[in-house]
Amino acid sequence: MRRKEDPRLLTGRGKYAADVRLPGMRHAAVLRSPYPHARLRAIRRDGALAMPGVFAVVTAADLGDVARIPLRMGQRSPANPALQPPLARDRVRYVGEPIAVVLADSRYLAEDALERLDVEYEALPIVPDALRALEPGAAVLHDEAPGNIVDRLVTTTGDAAALAAAPVRLAERFTVQRHTGVPMETRGLTAAYDAATRVITLWGVAKVPHFNRRVLADLLGHPEHLIHFIELEVGGGFGVRGEFYPEDFVVPWAARRFGHPVQWVEDRREHLMATNHSRQQFHEVEIGVERDGRILALRDRFVVDLGAYIRTHGVVVPELTAALMPGPYRIASYSSEALCVLSNKTPTGTYRGPGRYECTFVRERLVDLVARELGLDPADVRRRNFIPPEAMPYDVGGGSLGQKTVYDVGDYRSAFESALDALGYEAARAEQTAARAHGRHVGIGIGCVVEKAGLGPWEYARAEVDATGHVVLYSGVASVGQGIETTLAQVAAAELGVSVDDITVVHGDSASVPYGVGGFASRGASVALPAALYAARKLRDKIVRVAAMLLEAAPEDLVIDGRRVAVRGMPDRSVAFRDVARAAIPGPPGMDPGLTASHFFEAPKMTYPYGTHLAMVEVDAETGQVKILKYVITYDVGKAINPMIVDGQLVGALAQGIGGALYEELVYDDAGQLLTTSFMDYLLPTAMEMPVTTVARILEETPTPLNPLGAKGVGEGGSSGAGAAIANAVADALAPFGVMVRSLPLSPDRVLALIRMGGPEMAPHTPNARSVPGNP
Amino acid sequence: MKPPPFEYFAPASVKETLDLLREHGDQAKLLAGGQSLVPMLNFRLVRPGALIDLNGVPGLDGIREEPGMLRIGAMTRQRAVERSAVVRERCPLLAEAMPQIGHVQIRNRGTIGGSLVHADPAAELPAVVAALGGELIVRGAAGERTIAAADFFVGYLTTAVAADELLVAVRLPVAPPRAGHAFVEVSRRHGDFALVGVAVTVTLDGSGVCTSAAIAVTGVGPAPVVAADAVAALVGQRPATTAFEEAARRVSAQLEPHSDLHASAEYRKQVGGVLTRRALALASERAAGASR
Ligand SMILES: Cc1cc2nc3c(=O)[nH]c(=O)nc-3n(C[C@H](O)[C@H](O)[C@H](O)COP(=O)(O)OP(=O)(O)OC[C@H]3O[C@@H](n4cnc5c(N)ncnc54)[C@H](O)[C@@H]3O)c2cc1C
Repeated sequence: MRRKEDPRLLTGRGKYAADVRLPGMRHAAVLRSPYPHARLRAIRRDGALAMPGVFAVVTAADLGDVARIPLRMGQRSPANPALQPPLARDRVRYVGEPIAVVLADSRYLAEDALERLDVEYEALPIVPDALRALEPGAAVLHDEAPGNIVDRLVTTTGDAAALAAAPVRLAERFTVQRHTGVPMETRGLTAAYDAATRVITLWGVAKVPHFNRRVLADLLGHPEHLIHFIELEVGGGFGVRGEFYPEDFVVPWAARRFGHPVQWVEDRREHLMATNHSRQQFHEVEIGVERDGRILALRDRFVVDLGAYIRTHGVVVPELTAALMPGPYRIASYSSEALCVLSNKTPTGTYRGPGRYECTFVRERLVDLVARELGLDPADVRRRNFIPPEAMPYDVGGGSLGQKTVYDVGDYRSAFESALDALGYEAARAEQTAARAHGRHVGIGIGCVVEKAGLGPWEYARAEVDATGHVVLYSGVASVGQGIETTLAQVAAAELGVSVDDITVVHGDSASVPYGVGGFASRGASVALPAALYAARKLRDKIVRVAAMLLEAAPEDLVIDGRRVAVRGMPDRSVAFRDVARAAIPGPPGMDPGLTASHFFEAPKMTYPYGTHLAMVEVDAETGQVKILKYVITYDVGKAINPMIVDGQLVGALAQGIGGALYEELVYDDAGQLLTTSFMDYLLPTAMEMPVTTVARILEETPTPLNPLGAKGVGEGGSSGAGAAIANAVADALAPFGVMVRSLPLSPDRVLALIRMGGPEMAPHTPNARSVPGNP
Repeated sequence: MKPPPFEYFAPASVKETLDLLREHGDQAKLLAGGQSLVPMLNFRLVRPGALIDLNGVPGLDGIREEPGMLRIGAMTRQRAVERSAVVRERCPLLAEAMPQIGHVQIRNRGTIGGSLVHADPAAELPAVVAALGGELIVRGAAGERTIAAADFFVGYLTTAVAADELLVAVRLPVAPPRAGHAFVEVSRRHGDFALVGVAVTVTLDGSGVCTSAAIAVTGVGPAPVVAADAVAALVGQRPATTAFEEAARRVSAQLEPHSDLHASAEYRKQVGGVLTRRALALASERAAGASR
């Protein structure tokens, strides 16, 4: 099954945000704060406005009394929300914060004009990170968040005394570094205003277009129905693209204000400082276990560095971290306290596997430490703790996104054994031993994952047959390049007895899709596809009803094949879809006229896919370089609608997971300057950094009962376990040096530092020179 | 990430180029492959008033054998050098370094001269030229002059080429018989600039004793570091692990590297030694192979 999207994408016919060209279009460039924290004393624009080709300069004063950017629907409102205004008015709080927007005849001129804007800043004391934000005397970033704390999230379940009573206890600190989703296509938006109809049209929206239209309507005070959005192709989302950002207000505002189309295309430098960051957390965790490795209690306290403002995701990332920290293990006593803290850095949001990448790293490192402490095989410790399938549905204790964390289905042990089998665990251990005898440092690491997917609250679909007999499926989902058009068509095609090629899929256009939630949280397969399924089923009923009228046959005697409806066993008594469509208005008495049917599929509960990551690595203990020899992911998706797409999701997510484990970090210096503002410094893994061998095993052992397809969603699990598995593998490889891996990414420099710091009691003999000299 | 305004010139000869350079002085920038200059323009880190494009100037590219030397025109694309049989045969150290520069797409545009004049502190080519003791041929209004590698790399992104001069070629001595070479580096990812890189050559006599050697380290300072003291640990001896280790220790001791985002000074110092040892072992093995 080839993807429906690919012919146009692979032949260069896809149209992306920056491809829009409109007559009279102005190009926008954004003046961003060079200071992490400063008062804005004055903004003088005369120099810029005097330049030929410069059309306008927009500052907060021009916007008037506009509200701050709200949280997205369904997000828990933090106790002290410190929301971001579209443009900074009198204070800036991170490097990259938008202060003004220049409109000019070209982006070149607009950037020249930025240099001529004269802004008077008064530097303020900064809060370089969340830990220092909590220190007494730290500067306070927002009056509404005293002590820089926006919220404190507490989860407790089970007997609080269990930890103290556990026979073996281990405490450790772990940190996950700031990094984020970096789609190949940056953000971009074009807006046009038609003064005659008062319609604002937007090109380049993504992820949650319907919701964002409502936000824009509210902020602009413009009727929602007079805002028309068009999605275009989206070159990757990963959670960051498509949230409502400051530019998403200013660009349409300017188009309406000046009557000219306005285009803004984010460049990579802007992307790295303006688009949501993610992941930065500092954990202090303690575990209590039996001597056989069974977990009795887990207590986690962590600080999450949210950056300078609360963006649309509120505190959902720490909430998810806490909700899924127990993972696949039965942990009777669990408590978590998350401090959500502000700092003078780019605001944060969700990134593929939000909270799970972080909590999986912490939990799985800890489980390995338990194994080391007790002298057990880390695989055995996990076996002793998995929640068994018969315990499903299983109430973990906490909650997120307004729901209790109740795992729907799962056989964690089975997915785990499948991964060990795919790696050849015993053989790999033997290989490791042999390698060690030759002075080579090979390690094996495990990362068991419980993901969440299928976030509701609902999704919309409409299926139609047009008057030429063509089938169209409209969906409220958004495409972020994941292949959703193909799977929507597959599901509808199967229901309607037509081929996938016979179906046109339409999404991301508010003129033809009035309702929608969007593309995020691995929700396409488990929420959007069921909506399509039911819409197609309703349409099928109408097709059959009209055809029955035309053929003078009983509906139950009719079959659909090749866009024709025939009486079973009598192929010459048939009628084409085009004729059915034309007869459907008014159609048989009592039927809603027209071959159109829509459905809202509600998903009040999330589903929890799961699996195991295994990494086998070799570490050059002299240079600190980590090479991934083999990587295995098993992932139970309930039902793989399109295995090729599932495989692509797993492997693509893995690339990002490897990025977080070994390469990617958004680094700030102590003065609050972001140092990683280009791909020279923010290191994304390329094809060359992928494992030598990657095995992705798609499991369908436990279909979810929560939707008719049994599909659980697959967008994130390929990433969530990678930090854990790779960190565990590196720690395992370097066990003879007594290293303790507490943080990511494991750059060569950090690896050598870990070796240097390795416990002296475990100091190894000097590693042998490699038998074959040369660069590994 | 758009460049500031500049005037663009496309001269058709070296003379025209030199005239333009004289006219625009330090306001001018030469454009070769653009792989370093264009990003710097886009980040507005350089703001030349005049951009003088060398891509239409004839006679600046090509690889030529001269007695005992290989002459490579400044505008020769890195990829052409990488794929050249003559380079592989006569100057195998250079051939080994080439594929470690960036990615194929970069090397298709990037030039030898551009890399040498840009003189990135972590670039491969300056270390190769330094290790081999190459010569750089520069032309100005007053004619041509030849600069030894040791005098060419002056400091961070700075060479001895004057603002009104043009690098026309680099000359490298061809490898003698019974010689071995190695270029080894550590980078964060495939194709990244080196955290540390080491270029070495080792030459043996008929009895297997090292008669000469060279070591140059990149990524550890503003310009390539030539490790003469470490070489002394090797010359006059039969290559052996102890000698490699001693040389490595001396290289490590000599280095005074900087810390940056990608590696600490300590890392570079330590790994500079490790790579020296590995490179010497590999080069010696190759030299011994060449002697058989
Ligand atoms: C993604 C990426 C990865 C890279 N990785 C590496 C790497 O690993 N190792 C590495 O060494 N390099 C790397 N580079 C840089 C690359 O090798 C450049 O091509 C090289 O540094 C500059 O050569 P150029 O021909 O592109 O010169 P340009 O960018 O055109 O010019 C560079 C400078 O040299 C001057 N100049 C050019 N030619 C002459 C001349 N004949 N006379 C006087 N001045 C001249 C220019 O005025 C300019 O100041 C990378 C580049 C990129 C984009």
